[in-house]
Amino acid sequence: MLRIINGKVYDPVNRIHGEIRDICIRDQKIVEGPLPPETEIIDAKGCVVMPGGVEIHSHVAGAKVNNGRMLCPEDSADHFRAHTEILRSGCNGVVPTTFLTGYEYARLGYTTLFEAAVPPLKARHAHEELRDTPILDTGCYTVMGNNYLVMKALNEPDEISRREKLMGVVAWLLESTRGYAVKIVNPGGVENWKWNRGLVDLDTPVPPFDVTPRMIMTGLARTAYELKLPHPIHLHTNHLGEPGNMAYTLETMKALSGSRAHFTHLQFHSYDKSKRGGFASGAVAIAEYFNNHPEFTCDAGLIVFGPTMTMTADAPMEFSLHQMKGGKWSNLDIEMETGSGVVPIKYQPDSLVNAVQWCLGLELMLLINDPWRVFLSTDHPNAGPFTSYPLLIKLLMDRDFRMSWYEMLHPKVKEYTCLHDLTREYSLEEIAIVTRSGPARALGLKNRGHLGAGAYADVAIYPFFDDKQKMFSSASYLIKDGRVVVRDGAIKESFSGRALGLELPVKGELAGDLKEYFEQYSTVAFSNYRVEEEYTPRPELIRCG
Amino acid sequence: MDQELKVHSDVICTFCGCLCDDIEVEVVDNRISKVKKACMIGRNKLMHAQSNNPDITIAGKPTSLDAAINEAVNILTNARFPLVYGLSSTTTEAQREMVEIAEILNATIDNPSSYCHGPGLMARQQVGLSSCTLGEVKNRADLVIFWGCNPLESHVRHLTRYSVSAKGMFHPEGRKSRKIVSIDIRPTPTTKSSDWFIQVTPGNTFEIATLLRALVANNPIGKGDDALIAGVAVSKWRELAEMIRGCKYGVIFFGLGVTQCRGRDINVEQLAVLVSEINNHTRFYAMAMRGHGNVAGGNQVMTWQTGFPLAVNFSRGYPRYNPGEFSVIGLLARKEVDAALIVATDPGAHLPADTGDHLKNIPVIYLEPHNNPTTEWATVVIPVAQAGVAASGTYYRMDNVPLRVKKIVDSDHLSDEEVLKRIKERITHAQNY
Repeated sequence: MLRIINGKVYDPVNRIHGEIRDICIRDQKIVEGPLPPETEIIDAKGCVVMPGGVEIHSHVAGAKVNNGRMLCPEDSADHFRAHTEILRSGCNGVVPTTFLTGYEYARLGYTTLFEAAVPPLKARHAHEELRDTPILDTGCYTVMGNNYLVMKALNEPDEISRREKLMGVVAWLLESTRGYAVKIVNPGGVENWKWNRGLVDLDTPVPPFDVTPRMIMTGLARTAYELKLPHPIHLHTNHLGEPGNMAYTLETMKALSGSRAHFTHLQFHSYDKSKRGGFASGAVAIAEYFNNHPEFTCDAGLIVFGPTMTMTADAPMEFSLHQMKGGKWSNLDIEMETGSGVVPIKYQPDSLVNAVQWCLGLELMLLINDPWRVFLSTDHPNAGPFTSYPLLIKLLMDRDFRMSWYEMLHPKVKEYTCLHDLTREYSLEEIAIVTRSGPARALGLKNRGHLGAGAYADVAIYPFFDDKQKMFSSASYLIKDGRVVVRDGAIKESFSGRALGLELPVKGELAGDLKEYFEQYSTVAFSNYRVEEEYTPRPELIRCG
Repeated sequence: MDQELKVHSDVICTFCGCLCDDIEVEVVDNRISKVKKACMIGRNKLMHAQSNNPDITIAGKPTSLDAAINEAVNILTNARFPLVYGLSSTTTEAQREMVEIAEILNATIDNPSSYCHGPGLMARQQVGLSSCTLGEVKNRADLVIFWGCNPLESHVRHLTRYSVSAKGMFHPEGRKSRKIVSIDIRPTPTTKSSDWFIQVTPGNTFEIATLLRALVANNPIGKGDDALIAGVAVSKWRELAEMIRGCKYGVIFFGLGVTQCRGRDINVEQLAVLVSEINNHTRFYAMAMRGHGNVAGGNQVMTWQTGFPLAVNFSRGYPRYNPGEFSVIGLLARKEVDAALIVATDPGAHLPADTGDHLKNIPVIYLEPHNNPTTEWATVVIPVAQAGVAASGTYYRMDNVPLRVKKIVDSDHLSDEEVLKRIKERITHAQNY
């Protein structure tokens, strides 16, 4: 048992806005209290108390993440930690090794973490790495946007049979991979690239099943709704990173309007085109549309200047990035499912494109009115490492600090962006929403992201400083499942978190022709495909509906 | 007497990097009695999996498991420069324990890839690699190039399951719809079954890849068509470049002939750049013909836990990477290590004799299911349940697809993972008191 007293509590779900409250903890959960007088007390005087952070989109485990580590040993040269009696060693400042990933997230006050893109065939790998990512509860999203079984089901002419088959495939894929949500990456576009064809638009028929990106996205959105999944489709749309892609993103939003969808790393999809064909911010138009569509959520994908690594299932995007920049490029096509690519990158403030990207991400977070629908992310490590969150929080909370960055940015950036005109500053409550309560709600996690009775005792306590970067850079305390794991920024205890999965309303079964198709063309036997329960030793299944 | 017959289907053969997962195994009274669908090597491995197990020994004398583990802990905790080595033929679950033991001991850890496909990994660190899974080869590839490898003898079912005669989605005719090219220094069964065998002079891989880069990009090469590169006329190489540019989905499988001939990592680097540049014209990929069943998994585990795929030293408490300094052959040749924990590999058979001899002069703890050249001299021998036969766990195929190998018979022995966990716990205990 544990009682946290004297702290200013920010618990937006329960409408506690910075008031001094006691938080009582018993047996991994938060309780109403009172607790017996001999209960251990944490005095949080001068501190801010928030629910543990919830990371909705990060690349931390699995094939392409490890590919990224393998690709750049140089990122470890000045970033390493020795092992201690409690902690495992680790290295790499851009794509940290698994143990270090867990420790660093915990030091920032995070307790729940989702790996954003797992190809089904590589799902065991992701779970193996998540098992070695300590402290946090973890889950992963299953990549489906270029999956042959999905596309073959969508190709079914009869509508009823199409819906039934698709539902069977999606449930089967989620079950087989122990995934938490339907991830869509460049729907149809990755498959089209494997045929050495160009980029796809909403209505481009994609071989070999002649289905279109529109059909894939709307079909999967509907299936996610029918399966009552706690998190809707998690969507990385087509045309990532192209100037002018804002128009395409708006078209996609229109195609999906009325159904729930999460638009991930929206910054990469919100570019207007300048007169000369270059990058300009499209944040105003995107935010305006988004503000009027309460069915959508998004995460920002904020840019951090410095070296980092892009990694995505969007193989054609990575290839064109490699063609543009030269240098290292790793690619992995995955049979019947997707592709993936990894390219190191360095974002530089004196590059006009990077400066526009940097402003644009912040603009989106400042122009989208409802903090419950836009979340802090760097699409780690694509736009920057997650360890930069404290800096990004300060940029959101402090306009003077934001404006001071203009000295470093490319001088022409004001012509293509509007960040300098935006005066909004995030409050601590809004920070609590965009880093924990909002993502928890979007993920349908009812026992996380708040401090009401019944919630998991996942609590972050930050020392109050005017400098918000300093304040959020390491938690005074992090309590996970009622145990103190971080004290004054140092890890005190390490253990395995839970594996978050789904309790689906239907059994995942492949229709006969789909199963036959799988057996004929996959190189893995049907019976060896499904991820066994050994890979999630501490499961927590979230009920759909 | 009734004998209990169990038939296991879709069993995964753990011998080579193909990890064929369609094997049928009959078990009568806990003995494997019949193996179907596997290649000759795989069948033999499975049929003999339960025989010829070593005894638990210390200095050749039979002992108890408990005593052997205590002696292992004693050796390892008293060593000043211990080596943890092997990993390649056991589960990732056991490999994870090996990395942790190396870390606790501030030891050095390496796997056989440092003298096999390690140069390919080093090349990836320089330039990356465009690759694909084996199913993409089966379904899509219309051009397959075997370079410095002989899968018909080393990865016997590779050709029928994945790369040559497999009937894929877009190649329902299998063999007829693919062009097969072999580049090697001498004829082999693989080169004989290829459409085109390009016999080259040894040690010229880098030159060949460089020339192909120029030809594919249509750059001038400053040599006439009759000039010889690696003993083959430029006109022939031009023909290959045309074939490469003209294919829809091409794959190069490269073996130790590429990674271990003169130039090593720069050979693979040049090959990887070639493959990357071909993608300006068509889709093209390369894949290493990984040998041992889970050598790929060893590289994966080491990378996610330490940041590096091989040759890692923990003497400063954090992982440091330096092939040459921290790879097994160099360490043994310089006689630097003073004790070794070796799991799931056979240094007595694999290492150069004079290098491996150093192991005979230092205490060696050896976990292994079968008698082999190393069990003859290892100080502490602990027999284990063989992964994929008497123990379950994860194996990574040569294309890094992870599969779960399953226990199909009971064994009197613990698995590598279980023995290593006990060793780890006792090392921690010994260090704390």
